[in-house]
Amino acid sequence: MIFNKLSLGGVLAAAMSAAALTSAAWAADKPSELKIGITTYSSGSASVFGVPARHAAEILAEGINAKGGINGVPVKLYFIDEGAGLETLMAEYRRLVEDEGVDVTFASISSGVCNKMAPLAEDLEVVNFMWDCGTQRILEDDKYDYVFRTQANATPEVLAPLAYLLKTNPDFKTIAVVNQDYAWGRDSWEIFSNALKTQRPDVKVVAELFPAFGAADFSTEVSRLQALKPDVILSTSWGGDLDTFVRQAKQRGLFESSKFVLPLAESSLQRLRDDLPEGVIVGARGDHYFLHPETRNDEKFKAFNEKFKERTGEYPIYSAAHMVQAFAALEAVYDKAIKANGGEWPTKEQIAEAMIGLNFKGLGRPLVIREDGQAIEAQLVGTTAKRDGYDFKVIDQMEIYDGKDLMAPVGEKSLAWISKFKADFLSKVPATPYRHQ
Amino acid sequence: MTPNFAVLALLDGIAYASLLFLVAVGLTLVFGVLGILNIAHGSLYAIGAYVAATLGQWLVANGYNPWLTFPALFAGATVVGIALGGMLERFLLQRIYKKDEVLQLLVTFAVFMILENLQRMIWGVQPYFMSTPLNLLGNISFLGINYTAYQVLFLPAAAIVVLFALRHFLRHTAIGAQILAVTEDREAATSIGINATRVYFMTFVIGACFAALGGALATPTTSLVTGMGANMIVLSFAVAATAGLGQIEGAAVSALMIGVARAFAVYLSPELEVIMPYLIMVLVLLVKPNGLFGKDTARKI
Amino acid sequence: MSRKSLDAFPDHAVSATAAAEAPWPVRRRHREKYAMNKELLAFIIVAVLLAVVPFTFGTSTTFIAMSLAKGLAVLGILILLRAGQVSFGHAMYFAIGAYAAAFLSSAFRGIDMLLLIGAAILASGVAGAIVGIFVTRYRGIFFGMVNLAFSMVFYSILEKAFHITGGSDGMRIRRPTLLGMELKRAEFDIAIYYVILLFALLSVWLVWRYLRSPMGEALRAVKSNETRLEYVGLSAKSVLLGGYIASAVLCGIGGVFMGMVQGLATPEHAFWTRSSELVFIAALGGPAHVAGAFGGTVVFEAVRTYAAALLDDSWQLILGVTLIVIILWAPGGMVELFRRLTGLDRAKTLTPEAGR
Repeated sequence: MIFNKLSLGGVLAAAMSAAALTSAAWAADKPSELKIGITTYSSGSASVFGVPARHAAEILAEGINAKGGINGVPVKLYFIDEGAGLETLMAEYRRLVEDEGVDVTFASISSGVCNKMAPLAEDLEVVNFMWDCGTQRILEDDKYDYVFRTQANATPEVLAPLAYLLKTNPDFKTIAVVNQDYAWGRDSWEIFSNALKTQRPDVKVVAELFPAFGAADFSTEVSRLQALKPDVILSTSWGGDLDTFVRQAKQRGLFESSKFVLPLAESSLQRLRDDLPEGVIVGARGDHYFLHPETRNDEKFKAFNEKFKERTGEYPIYSAAHMVQAFAALEAVYDKAIKANGGEWPTKEQIAEAMIGLNFKGLGRPLVIREDGQAIEAQLVGTTAKRDGYDFKVIDQMEIYDGKDLMAPVGEKSLAWISKFKADFLSKVPATPYRHQ
Repeated sequence: MTPNFAVLALLDGIAYASLLFLVAVGLTLVFGVLGILNIAHGSLYAIGAYVAATLGQWLVANGYNPWLTFPALFAGATVVGIALGGMLERFLLQRIYKKDEVLQLLVTFAVFMILENLQRMIWGVQPYFMSTPLNLLGNISFLGINYTAYQVLFLPAAAIVVLFALRHFLRHTAIGAQILAVTEDREAATSIGINATRVYFMTFVIGACFAALGGALATPTTSLVTGMGANMIVLSFAVAATAGLGQIEGAAVSALMIGVARAFAVYLSPELEVIMPYLIMVLVLLVKPNGLFGKDTARKI
Repeated sequence: MSRKSLDAFPDHAVSATAAAEAPWPVRRRHREKYAMNKELLAFIIVAVLLAVVPFTFGTSTTFIAMSLAKGLAVLGILILLRAGQVSFGHAMYFAIGAYAAAFLSSAFRGIDMLLLIGAAILASGVAGAIVGIFVTRYRGIFFGMVNLAFSMVFYSILEKAFHITGGSDGMRIRRPTLLGMELKRAEFDIAIYYVILLFALLSVWLVWRYLRSPMGEALRAVKSNETRLEYVGLSAKSVLLGGYIASAVLCGIGGVFMGMVQGLATPEHAFWTRSSELVFIAALGGPAHVAGAFGGTVVFEAVRTYAAALLDDSWQLILGVTLIVIILWAPGGMVELFRRLTGLDRAKTLTPEAGR
């Protein structure tokens, strides 16, 4: 660090750092530990979503270290609270990378945070996995060398619920949206509404409400929605905000007059229990569900579920599943890069290179990283139902969509891609149906 | 949009205004008597909410009659108001009455920071819920719209009771008369045997109780998160300043104005919702610096 | 209710130049000259120490850069304190500085840092002049409240106008060039440190001069006796307006620097707690001396950054208690404590008010 700074004034130091750079290009010493910086919400209303992910990360790190680490190198986790505000978050992130020497970062949950974090990671030249944030913009708008996404983006994550809605409730005429007022809430609605226009131009949008991120009271919004009586109410909210909105809407009977589409509500099922009625369309921003119909009998799946339940008393929600994917990608990429490097510990450039085309598997269907750094991830959507053995609503009438069918191709922006949809595009997207077992 | 929307927005506005008033009235009362603008009022609000939620959750978890959560709201608020408010006045504010108002303001800001920190230490940073009282009272239907009875009946009723009880207390009881006398002229009141120190103490405790009560009564309608105190104090500043600092009935009117304006914004132009209270405050203060009901003499030239 | 005259900080603590009423003017002047030489010396030593930070304490460079940026804003608060006025809305100008840079750097990639600074000065100055015309009609708590109201309106706009300001996510500030040079991150960190240091030293000098100028003296009269001002033919309102614009510009400069260091403009910059923090720091450092603004900021930021090492999540607790102790026992802030400890100001601390 210090000599980097001196290089500004001294030719000698500049030469030194150049020498250091070239030698670093083909070999790296095996470190004593692999340091991972992870941003997640541990405070505020979003912490109900972020803390399970943190538990998942700890379980996974313990698991890796128990079997001797990654190629013999144990991992060490550093957590940063996204709830502390962008300024504190970015300062802490920089501190971790520059002073603590973190090797890889997983940042972040919020799309608003990712928008700031991705350029920062690129600038600091640290390999970053966008492990949960949804906005499709980052990798579509700019080219990154060090930033990758180990899950899908907003496009398939809202197109899948839309396809499901069009299939299961073809007759709706009006829709209202209540999204959080930040990048994710705005971007997800933009995708959803533009796609809806291509499929059902006759549907009228009767209200677009964007209460603040972290809002604790939706009373007036609920009144207005009751007065409007839209056929469908969409909300891509999550965390404590979604819980509060659902509770207040349920209390006042809003679920009886409108069909709810909650593409992120898999993460709220266990907290909401009876406050979430049956018949609500829910998704999980990926194919994540503790009773995943295709993978529930896999060893890895069962083992993780058990450990998670043991530690937290709950089944994993999709934030935990996204964390599993990030760790799976981490292990896979180090394996791949070490093999490609003839068994030597890889440099960060080699890691970044190995990310492209990487195959890995979390708790759902296998994933692959495209050449733009974006992963392709399947999507699970279903309808809530009350079933014996669970004191919360489970997901029934599931459909699993392949990710590649719902993604804009590499190099094409989602909104441009969507504008070219044929009127029956979404109804023809293939899906595999499953019932609750 | 149906023509009924105005009525609906009014109902939403009243529900919100009731909570705003409960908090702002304590702030304005304390300022009126002690001359201190108490920023820590927002923390008292938050702590009142957390205590009420904790108490309510405990009652429900231990299988007590859920209706007990109602007295728990009031009990929690009173305990916070008396214990915390009392300690603040006795050990800190009494030392700064002779100091300049800006220093007083900074002391209360320091207290605000301390209490925010303590609140995080005690209750953590994850959200709290306790909506039992709201669920118990059920819904009432109006123009085909369901409202919770808690929000459109109970809260406004509580606000009205507080308003009239406070009026009665100040105008028709001996202690109330003492408070008014001290407000008018502390020296003169002391010379006729009124214990001004005690009056200050009582007033502050009452004001603190109102803050905590506002928090406690808000609990069933919302989720409790860190930072709720910071948001509430600036809103109740807006209410108190719009009315004119020290104006109790005025605070009720401006709370209604701000609450209703905010609700109308959600119906007509949701983007304006957040800005409404402050916009009203700026406009009023630019025209009438002492607020809608404040007296002009208060200004120093 | 009666309104006490606003006398935030005891006069003896506010000015070392209160020579007019001094009993022994000659000795006083003598002492002052001596003190000023000492101050100049201290100023130079501090400037040199700060200038070598990147070479000696490299890892603290960004921390000190951010402290200096915030200190510039506190310096602005200090000017208003001279007039006995406290604004609970100056974080607005801080945010204006940061957002000016955010808008320009996203509209023109690779724009020069000096242009961003210029834009921030212009934007905060113009905003300060417009708002100032309204708010300088008020004094005391009303002055504070109207400023608060304006800043909260501004905050709400920043937070809500998602498609223009990025809403609650804020805006990214792309790294600017400096005099046409493209800088890498490490180089930029050093470069901006020196630019901030330069501006901080320059501002300290200018503010120092300003407060000692007739306008600065007039500013003090706004606090002590407005009528006297009117007698000598000065309008209190325009004197205060001048100070107000200067303070707004200083906050704007602080904001643009903070924004460039962090690469971020966020509505949080304009929230009322930030405004209060600025006043808090001014009181902590002590309004008597420009050094208080920066000393206070360094202490404030250090506690905020490093308190966690002592007791997890406790910085507000520590700072809150510290401020109460300072207000109760050393209302002149760190500056007064320093003077007491060094005996530089013995005569003044013996005045009856000093013990308060």
